[in-house]
Parts: sequence; structure tokens; C-alpha cells
Amino acid sequence: MSAQLQTAGRQGGGTLIEVENLQTHFTTPRGVVRAVDGVTFSLERGKALGVVGESGSGKTVLSRTIMGLVPRRGTHLGGAVRFEGQDILGRAPKDMRGVWGKEMAMIFQDPMTSLNPLMKIGRQIEEPLRNHLGMGRDDARATAKRLLTDVRIPEAERRLDQYPHELSGGMRQRVMIAIAMACGPTMLFADEPTTALDVTVQAQILDLINEQRRDRNMSVILVTHDLGVVAGHTDEIAVMYGGKLVEKAPTRRLFAAMKMPYTEALLQSIPKLDEPSHTRLATIPGRPPDLVNPPAGCRFAPRCPYAREKCLNEEPPLEQTSDDASHSFACWYPVGSPEYLDKRAEIDAQKVSVA
Amino acid sequence: MAGTGKAHLRDTDDIILRVEDLVMEFPVGRTGLKVNAVSGISFDVRRGETLGLVGESGCGKSTTGKAIMQLPRPTSGSVLFEGVELTTLQGQEMREARTRMQMIFQDPISSLNPRRKVRDIVREPLVIWKRGTTADQLGKVDALLEEVGIDPARAAESQPHQFSGGQCQRISIARSLVLDPTLIICDEPVSALDVSVQAQVLNLLEDLKTKHGLTLIFVAHDLAVVKNISDRVAVMYLGKMCEVAPSDVLFQAPAHHYTAVLKDSIPVPDPEIAVAQVAIEGEPPSPVLPPAGCRFHPRCPAADERCSSEEPQLREIGDGHFVACHHPLVGGEAPVTVRSATDA
Repeated sequence: MSAQLQTAGRQGGGTLIEVENLQTHFTTPRGVVRAVDGVTFSLERGKALGVVGESGSGKTVLSRTIMGLVPRRGTHLGGAVRFEGQDILGRAPKDMRGVWGKEMAMIFQDPMTSLNPLMKIGRQIEEPLRNHLGMGRDDARATAKRLLTDVRIPEAERRLDQYPHELSGGMRQRVMIAIAMACGPTMLFADEPTTALDVTVQAQILDLINEQRRDRNMSVILVTHDLGVVAGHTDEIAVMYGGKLVEKAPTRRLFAAMKMPYTEALLQSIPKLDEPSHTRLATIPGRPPDLVNPPAGCRFAPRCPYAREKCLNEEPPLEQTSDDASHSFACWYPVGSPEYLDKRAEIDAQKVSVA
Repeated sequence: MAGTGKAHLRDTDDIILRVEDLVMEFPVGRTGLKVNAVSGISFDVRRGETLGLVGESGCGKSTTGKAIMQLPRPTSGSVLFEGVELTTLQGQEMREARTRMQMIFQDPISSLNPRRKVRDIVREPLVIWKRGTTADQLGKVDALLEEVGIDPARAAESQPHQFSGGQCQRISIARSLVLDPTLIICDEPVSALDVSVQAQVLNLLEDLKTKHGLTLIFVAHDLAVVKNISDRVAVMYLGKMCEVAPSDVLFQAPAHHYTAVLKDSIPVPDPEIAVAQVAIEGEPPSPVLPPAGCRFHPRCPAADERCSSEEPQLREIGDGHFVACHHPLVGGEAPVTVRSATDA
């Protein structure tokens, strides 16, 4: 019964979530931190969006703001978050309770600390089932067992009566996914879900999230710093820098024709298996901007090798590319532009003269 | 390996570290059981070489790194460093030997004393060993800080929490170099860092290695990182060694099924390359009761009866390429050996 209950009315496409000019500013002793500063995007049902950026780019705060998990005291929220047409930004926790779990769920980076260490696995999965869906004890237990089987935990029956410390990290992340899936959410936030896991287990968990997304026509926002993780598991990618969206495109398009020098630099800094060992890695000099006093103009300009006068003074708007409406970026001199190519020739010439 | 054997050990003069039959076991409470963290591995490192140690959590790679430092002392086996057997050294001799080898840890922030000034943290080894006058010491510390890209003036008045994770890792690196060691053991030094910072730290390690004539042992789970920095890579699984090869060879033509699995699990930053189907199910079994025979056989796609009873030995299948597998992906079948019960 629950299988139908959880997917009924969840077919088809259409926009699930619309974020408009979202701002999350925290008041701190140092000043106002503009963690998210004017982000706009929308996400369709059943699609996966990857949010990529360095530490401090605002990617985690973005997903927590959408879900209503940022503390309300000392926080300024601006803009709008429309979920299934309703504005949910800044709602009180008691009004969000019907949304959390049933509509939106989240899995976190650290599966070790996200589970209650004093509570058996079974009870932690049954809790949302009983509270949100009003299931009886037996129904909840049967559903919990099925959920564990769904996330491929062997010997589900026995696991229900175990405590989190008896499970490995990968198993605990599977339990977190089972809890997130319990009430059949339409939207899953996965915040660095595999960063704490081994690479073999990471591949298993990412596949599991993908499979659940397809089976349930659920939308996924995958927050990560690893472009390798998003490449194979998302439909679209949004790149964040300094609290702003700097580039957004369908995944294949982004990798084939990235426009923002920051995206390019991020990709180039990853060591690749097909390069010989001791290949010199490209780095991004400097550090991400201070979000209390962000630089004027383009926030990436102080670290960008292609920056010119204009970049330091005027902020580039997020605009669509001329040939593809789904691809937008914020840069005055994008990758491939004549100014970019000029600078690049200059940089290459310098490299040669140094060598 | 996932067997044993020493066929891969080299016999030249410039071997700086030679580890033979290293065993590290830890008791499990009073149950009489033990965790077989490392079960008889051997390897050597040449002067100026970078050896990568890779494997999943629990394969014993970090334990191996620490066992070289004698932290704690291995259960059995031999660790020969610059011609000196470390496992029998005591007291002052041991402490002196440790100045020649240093470690860098995964979490840069918690490996620095939060209450001290950064410049003092880096200087402390010199103070302990009473090397040079105060002016000499500070001069050396400042030069090293400069070299790793930390402003000495700021380091003199700041504590670790005032620096970012990447900067703290640079500070740890400066501290590890201050006693002029020959060997640096890096235990997952870039796992906690952003990709952009990771690239900076990896480049820095390469530069320092050349400049200071260092030998590195680089423990990590990220194969792409290990490939980038290493000359030679050793793959470990559940306390045993699976494969040893020059890093370019290992990733071009992995011979052990486990190496191939690890390689296929890496997410490739290119959506045009179809996502490989999950190459392996499950997780490594418990090191308390490891499987008999080849320790990888319960998860191995090519395992047969022989794999579950007979432990494969490391054997050479190419130039400097060694594998411990009965049915390797390259290099043909292993010769059948007659194995007696006492043959340990």
C-alpha cells in the first residue's frame, strides 16, 4: 500500500521549485555575511541539479535556506522560494513540518553524526512514517524493512534492531537515504553525500540516489565540490562563487562549452587519471572572497587570470548564451571570447619565456 | 597478496626504507580476538622516490604509515630505515631516528596546537632538539614559512584558527621540514581540502620534494591524486598488498581485479564518458576474521576455488610491475604452487 501512496500523483514534469533572487545574510560580530546573494534558478520534477563550488561559496547555505533550515534569528532572508507554486521562504518551523520529510528531505555529509546513536535503526526509520503518514506500529515496521531492502542493505530484518555504531559508514549513509525516502519526498537535498565515503562506496551511493530519483520521479539537488561526482549524476549544473550563481547549464553542455573562467579553473585543478604522473596541476591563486566585504565588480576577478579593468569595477550580470537559452553565465570576457584569447596568448608566452 | 611475498623488493644501494613482513595486530577487548590491521606486507622506497599507498578505509594503509614511525611498534616484521633497524631501537636512539622521518596528517587544523602561535608551532622541534641559537631558529622557521607560502609576520602573531584549512596544511608541512628529514609520510594530506586548494598543496609537495631532496610515502584513497604525485603505487586490501607498479603502468593496465575496481569507481569529470556500472557490491569484510586464501576473493568477479584456499604470492608480470593474484587481468595465470600447512 505504501508504495502506491508514496508515488501517487507524482508523475509528469513541470516546475517543482522556483528560487528567485534569494538572499541569505547572516549578522555576525564582523558584519553582515552575504552567504547567498541573489540566486535565481528553477528545477523541474524528476531532474537532478548539481550545485558546485569551493568551501564558502554558499552552496550549503543555499540548500538549507530553500529547505528552511537556517536559524531565523540574526538572519535576513530576501527573494522568494516557490515550492509547487507556494512561497515557503521564511515560514515558521511549525508550518514547515508538513513539508519536511513528506515533500523535502535531506541527507548530510557525515553519516556518522546524522543518526541518533541511542536509537535503533528501525525506530529512526519508523519515526517519520508514524508521525507524517500516521502508520501503525506494524505497518511502519514492515515499511521500514522494505525501505532498507530498497537501499540494498542485506539482512534488513536484523538491521532494524541494530544501533548506528554497528554499521559501517556506507551502510549508515544508506540508512540516511532510507529515512529520507520514507515519506516519499518530491525533493531530495544531498549535501556532499559521499565526501566521507570510500570511492567504491561513493559510486554505490550515487547510483542508489539516481535509482531512487527515477523510481519516484523525485527532484534532487546534489551539493558537492567535486565536478567528477556531478558529471555523471546530474541533468544540470549550477556553479556558485562568493554567494552568487556564476554559471548554469545542462551537464553535457557545461562540460563541452564552459564559459566562466572559474568553472574552467575548477575543472583544471582536478588531477586526472589519463594524465601521466607528476603532471603539474593548474591552481587557482588566492582564496575565495570575504563575504562581509565582497570585492566590487566580478567577485572572481581578483583571482582570475583573464580579468581586466572592467571586471574589477562592474559586476557582470547572469545572462543567457547567444546560442542556448538553457546556458547562462556571469562574465564580461568568457572563455573563447577575443579578450580571453588575447590574455591566454599572453599567459602562454610568459610561460614559454620562463621555461 | 591480497597475498604475501617479497619478489618486488629491489636490491640497490639507494633504498632508504625497507619494510619486510610487517604485521600489526590489535587485541579486541578481552575476547582473545584480534584486528589484523596489517598482515605481513613488504615494500621498499628508493631515495627521492614517492611511493603511493592506496586502498579503502580499513585496508591498513594509515596503520602502515604509522608503523614505519613505530607509532605504535609493529607486532612483528622489520623496518630498515637508512640502514638502521627501527623495531629494536629504544629511547634516545629512537627519538633521534624519528627526526629523520616526519608525518603530515589528514586534518590540518586539529594537528596544530590551537593555543600557540603558528611561528612557535613550527619552531618547536628546533627548540626541543636545541638546534642553533634563537636567531638561527627563527631565521630557519621564517624561511620555511615563506617557502610554503605563509607570511612569517602573520604567523608570529596568529593562532591556527586564524588560517584556512589549506594554510594550516602548509603550516604542518613547514613544521615537518624544520628538522631536515629525509622521509615524509603524508597520511591523506589533501583529503580534507577543496579541489583548488588540493592542487596548490600537491604542487607545493612536488616543489619541496625536489628542493629538499625528500622521499615521500603518500597515503590516500583518491587514486587520481595518488597517480599524480607518485612514482610507484602499492595497492592494499584488508591488510595485504595486491599490486605494486610504477604509477603510469598501474593505471594503464591494472593486473589485480581490486585495482581495476578502484579505478572504475572514480567519478570522471566528463559526462560524455558513460558512468560505469557499479563495479563492486558490498564493503570490505571485517579485519577481525579476514577471509582465507586471497582476502579479496569474496568480492572478486574472477574468484574460484583456488582463491579461497591458497594465498597468492606477489610475482613480477612486467618491468617493476608485481601482482598477487591467481587470475590477473594481465600477465597470465599464476603457477600452481604446492603449499603445505606450515607454509606461512
